[in-house]
Order: sequence, then structure tokens, then C-alpha cells
Amino acid sequence: MQKSMSDFSEELIKSTTEDDQGERCELSGTGMHFPWLQKHIETVATGGKKEKDFAQTTSACLSFIQEALLKHQWQQAAEYMHSYLQVLEDSDSCKRQAAPEIIWKLGSEILYYHPKSNVEAFNAFADRMKNIGVMNYLKISLQHALYLLHHGMLEDANRNLSQAETWRYGEKSSSQEVLINLIQAYKGLLQYYAWSKKKMELSQLDKDDYAYNTASQNMLDHSWKTSVNLGALIQIPGVWDPFVKSYVEMLEFYGDQDGAREVLTNYAYDEKFPSNPNAHIYLYNFLKREKAPREKLISVLKILYQIVPSHKLMLEFHRLLRKSEKEEHHKLGLEVLFAVLDFAGCTKNITAWKYLAKYLRQTLMGSHLAWVQEEWSSRKNWWPGFHFSYFWAKSDWKEDKALACEKALVAGVLSGKGCRYFRYISKQDHQVFRKKIKRMKKLVKKYSIINPGL
Amino acid sequence: MQCPTSKIRSKEVVNTGAIPNTKIQAINRGLKRKRKLEKGWDWYVCEGFQHILYQQAEALKTLGVGPELKNEVLHNFWKRYLQKSKQAYCKNPVYTSKRKAPVLEDNPSHSDWDSEPELLSDFSCPSFVESGAESQPDVHTQKPFPIIKASQSETASICSGSVDGVEYSLRKEKGIVKMTVPRTLAFCCLALLWQRETITLSDLLRFVEEDHIPYINAFQHFPEEMKLYGRDKGIFAIESWPNYEDIYKKMIEIATFLDLPRFPDITEDCYLHPNMLCLKYLMEVNLPDEMHNLTCQVVKMTGIGEVDFLTFDPIAKMAKTAKYDVQAVAVIVVVLKLLFLLDDNLEWSLSNIAEKYNEKNKEDKPWFDFRKWYQVMKKSLDEKKQKWEETRAKYLWKSEKPLYHSSIDKSVVCKRREMVVNLQKQFSTLVDSTPTIGKKSPSSFQFNWTEEDPDRTCFHGHSLQGVLTKKGQSLTTKNSLYWLSTQKFCRSYCKHVTTYEESNFSLSYQFIINLFSFLLRIKTSFLHEEVSLIEKRLFKTKYSKTKKKSSRSRKVRKY
Repeated sequence: MQKSMSDFSEELIKSTTEDDQGERCELSGTGMHFPWLQKHIETVATGGKKEKDFAQTTSACLSFIQEALLKHQWQQAAEYMHSYLQVLEDSDSCKRQAAPEIIWKLGSEILYYHPKSNVEAFNAFADRMKNIGVMNYLKISLQHALYLLHHGMLEDANRNLSQAETWRYGEKSSSQEVLINLIQAYKGLLQYYAWSKKKMELSQLDKDDYAYNTASQNMLDHSWKTSVNLGALIQIPGVWDPFVKSYVEMLEFYGDQDGAREVLTNYAYDEKFPSNPNAHIYLYNFLKREKAPREKLISVLKILYQIVPSHKLMLEFHRLLRKSEKEEHHKLGLEVLFAVLDFAGCTKNITAWKYLAKYLRQTLMGSHLAWVQEEWSSRKNWWPGFHFSYFWAKSDWKEDKALACEKALVAGVLSGKGCRYFRYISKQDHQVFRKKIKRMKKLVKKYSIINPGL
Repeated sequence: MQCPTSKIRSKEVVNTGAIPNTKIQAINRGLKRKRKLEKGWDWYVCEGFQHILYQQAEALKTLGVGPELKNEVLHNFWKRYLQKSKQAYCKNPVYTSKRKAPVLEDNPSHSDWDSEPELLSDFSCPSFVESGAESQPDVHTQKPFPIIKASQSETASICSGSVDGVEYSLRKEKGIVKMTVPRTLAFCCLALLWQRETITLSDLLRFVEEDHIPYINAFQHFPEEMKLYGRDKGIFAIESWPNYEDIYKKMIEIATFLDLPRFPDITEDCYLHPNMLCLKYLMEVNLPDEMHNLTCQVVKMTGIGEVDFLTFDPIAKMAKTAKYDVQAVAVIVVVLKLLFLLDDNLEWSLSNIAEKYNEKNKEDKPWFDFRKWYQVMKKSLDEKKQKWEETRAKYLWKSEKPLYHSSIDKSVVCKRREMVVNLQKQFSTLVDSTPTIGKKSPSSFQFNWTEEDPDRTCFHGHSLQGVLTKKGQSLTTKNSLYWLSTQKFCRSYCKHVTTYEESNFSLSYQFIINLFSFLLRIKTSFLHEEVSLIEKRLFKTKYSKTKKKSSRSRKVRKY
């Protein structure tokens, strides 16, 4: 008990502000002394007002800066920033430590947009801010580099990143570790960009050209550097799409299929990595390029289906499932189609509706009424309003008659002849689509699930 | 001049007969101190405050206050303070020369200290008086008092530029009022009151906020040799503006502590008399001159214009009322209520009547239209308030002289300051080079109204005919109703006798209170309380009667 209480008091003492330093030193160790608590007790007696005007005016200043930034009043923002800088000397140590980051964020915005500002000014500011307090160095360096990239100053950015890479301060905390890896990765990206440019040049050169060899050697250099830099980062769980893509492109170029496959598989399947649909898409596209077996492709897309059922790739997925021999895949194929049309993204996608129309017929012909009924049972309450309303009928017919016909077929099959959509389209008379509509009516008559028994 | 200037160092100058005794002592002290120039002078916290008071007195002089304030009044008050707090001019000053506080450079040669018992009688030399001999303080060689010694092991962290900085901040003597920076303003205000100058407390505090009177960072102007660091920071570095209620309380506290006698009378021709102040404030908020008659009547009826009521008498037991500005403004609020009721209804109907009349009679003196006045004032008030907020947000608190705790953090602090200055330079280049409107010259009036300006109507000359009716020989207000700002006063020992819950009151009343509170830079609740107290006097019969009906819309007959 004694021990924990004295630990507690130590902790409290640590949280005092600078101004209490003197009082802290008074401790003779015989009793507990809570300077901050004393102050609070005193302020309660005086009505609880503790905030000095300094704190009040600086926070008002901050609001003014933010307002000015929102309104794009760079001049005003700079004026207020001039005054706000005094928080770097705040006697409250917590606020003082938090100040550089805020000032960097706001100041960099102002210097980015202010008409009188230029790259030199930004550089000077970034350099100053980097050196205030140690914890901000890497973050600011990275943002500085991105700023330079934005302005097309690739060499400067590269230099900046290299400088930041070599920063060391005592033991790296875990957050700093990630930053360092990011810095390396961006360097890698720059290398990739250089490599990519070289690749373009190379493609225009003839193999026998004397410059070809040097150019390709050059490229190899860059690619090696890139792999070194990117390799570390993508081991760490995170979302690194642009880095992964570039890395894989390079690996594929040099024929390292295994390497590429390993990277992508890792990226998509390693549980430590956050769930990322793009990872699966990259893997899928790679496997497609490799002409991997259908089973493999299906297994990859299955996961994508679970994460993003509305993705456009689902149509491709459906095709794969359809072509498969397994019955469970056929059932899944139907599921996938319905799922993709649950979302607003494909409501006007004629392919989706064409597939559904055809597949419904196929399924019903194959005596799998149960499948259709299963899918329709959860949707029959809202799909009519979502897809098959009178409004949509008119609008679809006006915009895309082919689409309307496909939809009408689906509508008729699922909701029967009475469906408004179906009725509207059936009544339409159009030279080109007359035949189609007639056929549609026949099919609906035949296959509509409202009147089973066919 | 406060401290011996660096000019007077050589003995030759001493021989000039014209130099008064005090200067001689100052010079001697300066000579003694010469060795310590590298480390700076040894100075006491009290000297620091003295210097600040001196600066403030100078500033007041430039504002037009007579020199007697500085040379006589303030000086005497300060002397008395030093006596009462046993820091000088008395038998046993608190200080001792045996103090072993380390100086910045950790110089162990404190031997000179011990051999020369420093007399605080030297205090007479940093005098306020520019000319004229100062009477020799009747102090003889004192036996130094031992004081609480700071633990030697902690010397690195507790130190101060001043000799007694650490000890001063720890000192807690019962019955002694410890000097602080806010209290310097209380001193100034007492001196101003004694001289019955035309600067009220709210004016003074506004001048401080506008940087016309040294307060924040006043220590920056200490002589170079008075090094400030460590504990001095907590004593002299202020990061809040002075607050009316706080300074007012301190004024009374100090006046009581100093056993000051009854102040010079405040008579009807005095600026601080409510009649005068009401006139001033009426002009400032653009209200008709004719209202002055009514304010004078209210003053008379409540008895707050009496000499005995107004004159500040610290020793007297009755409640001190030296808030002249707040009282005057409260009177105006009461008069507005009498004329317009301010119930969000009558004032607008009266405005309609005035408007109709003014349209029909464009040649005559216009009738005062409350609505028009409100529109004009609201606009001006909002603009002023916005500007005020913006200026406050941009206020630079930190001094150019960086304040550090000890030699340990000195380099860090100085570097930080350099960094801030560089960054500020960078951003100031982004700001338009149009010269910022130079520091506004101090003015007693925040709002100015002239007849010529077509955009901003001036209501001074408008007539109250629209709201007054004839009753026999005299005029009375058309409005015969009134509502009290406070129905029941608190009798317990809390700080205030009433609270101000805005939502309980009409919007017009809120606007009026906000307007005047902003003018004086006081809290709305403070003004509301004062209004209530004026009403208490005015309607004292109503308060003493046991009420049966609700006192909200009570008919009160006046004059």
C-alpha cells in the first residue's frame, strides 16, 4: 500500500507544469505533496477560473487561423500565425510540446497556398520545424518530401528522404520505426519512377543499339535499389498499394514470377495485414496473367466477393462460376449476380442484367427453382421498389431500351406478369425491340416463378 | 530616476554639491556594486515592483495626469507600504545580508556580502522624486534577520535573479499584503483617486490592455543589470489582463492595509461624480443629452451623489463604493428602464410613435427613436467587439527578454526564443507591407459620434418629447411601469448579492447590459448587480413592503 501510494504521488508530480518545478524541489520525502492539486483547490475557492488570458487568446488565435484557412484568406492566416507562434514558448509544458505539430500543419498549409510564398520559404520553414523537438523530425521530413514531389522536384525530394533516412535518436520508438520505413519506401518509389522512365526509353531503343546495354544496366541498378527500399516496408502490416504494385511490376519485368506471387499472396492473405480488397484484386490480375487454373481464380475472387460484393469484378467471377463444373459454384454464381445488383453501382449495367436474365432461365430450366426462390425471398420486399418501379420503367426505356428489356424480363420472371415494370415495357411499341419484347413475354409466361409448376 | 544610472560611476561626479543625499547613497551603492556588474546587480523583489510603479506613473504622466501623482501621492503610498510590510523604513526590515542564494555564475565569493550589511535604507534612493531632497529615513544599522535558507542541495533548481526571489514567493505572513503585479495597478488607481484624476478604474484597465500602461512584461524595462530569472518569473511575468473586480478588491485591501485616511472629497464638480460620469457615458453611447436631467434626478433620489457616500474612506466600516464608473452606467440603465421599460414591447411601440412623428415633422428636432438607436449601436458595438477580439487574439504575451529558470535551461530558452523570432519574421513577410495602423493613441472615449456623419446617426441632440408627457408643472415618463432586476437579494456571505441568468431577462435589457459591460470591460453579472443595488435604493419602500403580488410589472409613480 505504501509503495503504491508513493508511486502514485511520483506520477502526479511528473504531471506538474514547469512552473511548479520550484515547489517540487521542496519535497523532503516525508510526505505527499501534490502541487497541481493544491492549485486546483485554490481555484475552486476563486470560482474555478484557472485559464490564463494567454491560453484564452492563443486558442482564439487558433480558431481565427482555422477560419481563415477555411475561407482561403491566406493573408489573414499568416497574420494570426505570426502571433500564434508564441505557443512554442508556452509555460504549460504539455501545450508547448504539442505546439510544433500544430504549427507545422497550419504553417505548411499557409506556405503552400499563399501567393507570396515559394519553395525556398517552404524549405526554410520545414527545416526549422524539423529541428524543434525531436519527435517531429521524421514526420515533417516525410511531408516536406511529399511537398517537393508535388512540385516536381524529384531530386530534392530524394535528397530529403535520404537525409531523413539516416536520422537516429536514441531508441527508435515503434511509431518512428514505421515512419522510417515509409521514408525508405517513398525513396523506393522514386527509384521505381526512375526505373519506369528508363523502361520507356528502353522500349524505344533497338536491342542492337549501343546504348541499350548501358540503359538496361542502369535500369537494373534502379530496380535493385527499389527492391531494397520497398522490401522492408511491405513486410510490415499496412496498406501499401502503390508500393506493392510498383514492386510487383518490377519483379514481373525481370521474370521473377515466384517472387511476385509470394509478395502478392502475402499481401492478400497474411492475417496481420488489414483487410484490403485491392490486395485480392492485384493477386487475381496477376494470376490471370499467369493463366492460373480456374479453381485458383475462383478461390481468390471468393474472398473478394465476401469483402466487396458490389465490385465490378463480380461479373467476371460469375462467368468463372458459370463455366465451372461444380454445382455449388453454379449456385454461388446466382448468388453473386443477385448480390451485385443489390447495390446502386450496377443498376444500369446492362451486362449484369443480361447475365441475370440468361442465368435465371438457365437455372429454372435446370430445375433449380429452390435456388431462385431462396435468393428472391429476401429481396421480394424491396427489389420491386428499388429496381422495378414505374419511374424506373419510364426512365430506363427512355435511356436504354436494351437494358429495359433485360430488366423487364427479370422483373417478369421474379414478380410475375402483374409487375409494373414488366407491364410498362410490354406495352411499348418499338420497331427494333418489338421482336424482343414479344419473346420476353413468352419467356415470362413460361418461367415466371409466381406460377410454379412449369 | 529609479536606480543609479551607469553614468555615475566615478568619484569625481560625486563632488557636485547639487546632488541630494539620496543620490549620494545611490552612487555609493552603485560603486559597491560595480564589481558585480558581470553578474548583474543584487536587487530585491521590492525594487522590481518599485520600478514597475515608476514606469506606470511615467505612463500616466504622458496620458496627461499631473506630476504630483508620481512625485507625491504614489511615492507616499509606496513608502507607507514598505513601512507597513516591514521591508524598509522601519526598525527591523525583513531582509538580511546573510542570504546565501547562489548567483547565476555560481561564484562562491560571497564574502563581500557579509562584510557590508546592506541597509534597506538605501531604498530611499530609488526614489520617485526627481528633484528635491528626500528626508533621511530614520534607520540605523540594523541587525540582520535570519531567514529561511533554501536547501543547498537544490540550489541548481531554485534560484532567482533577485536576491530574495525564492524567499519572497514562499513568504506567507499573516496580516501582510504581499506585493504582486496586479497590486501595482491598485496602487495607481488609489493614487488617481486621491488626485481625483479623470481616469476611472475601467479606463485604467483598458489602457493596460491597449499597452499604454506597462503591466504585462513591465520587467522588460528593468535596467540591464537587474537580471531576472528563476523564481522572478513567477512574480513578474504575468499572462492575464487585470480584471475590474479583482483590482477593485485589491484597492480596498491595500487602502485598509495602509490605514489610509479619508480621501479628498468627491463633490459635484468632480469628474468622478455620477452626474459628470453619466454625462460622459451618455455621450459615448450616443444617447440624447436630455437624458442627463433624468440621471441627475435618479442620482439625487438614491443619494449616491452625496459627498459622504462618494468619498472613499478606507477606515470607515460601511461598504466601500468607489466603483464610480460602474455606478454611473448603472444609473443610465435604470433611466433607460424608466423611459422605455425594456420589456421587449413598449420600447418598440414608443419607437413606432417616434418614427411616425419624425416622418411628419422633418424640420423639428427629431424625437428619439429607440429602434433606430438600437440599430446604429448594435452595428457599432458588433464591429468594435469583433475588432477587439481580433486584436486580443493577436496579442503577443512573451517578452523579448527570454525568461529562464536557471543556468540549466537558459540556453534552451534562448534558443527557443531565437527560433520563434525567426519564424515570426518569416510569416511577417507574408503579411501585406501596408503599415499596420500604429498603436492607437489612448482615448477616454471608445465610441465617437458627430452630427456630420450621415452613416452613423448622432442622437445627442434628439428630444425625449416622445416618451415624456406633461403632468401639471413637470414632465413625467409616458411609461408608468417598472420591473426590478432583482427581486430578492442574497443575505449570506457569498461574494455577490445577486446572479444574472440572461434568459430571465428581456432581449433589450440584455443588449443594454452587454453594451455597457463591453464599454467598461466588466462582467455582465457585475453590472447587473450594480443596477439592482441602485434600484434597491430607488425603490427601497418597495423592497421593505411584504409583497403580495408578483413584482414583475409594478406600477411605480415617479416625480
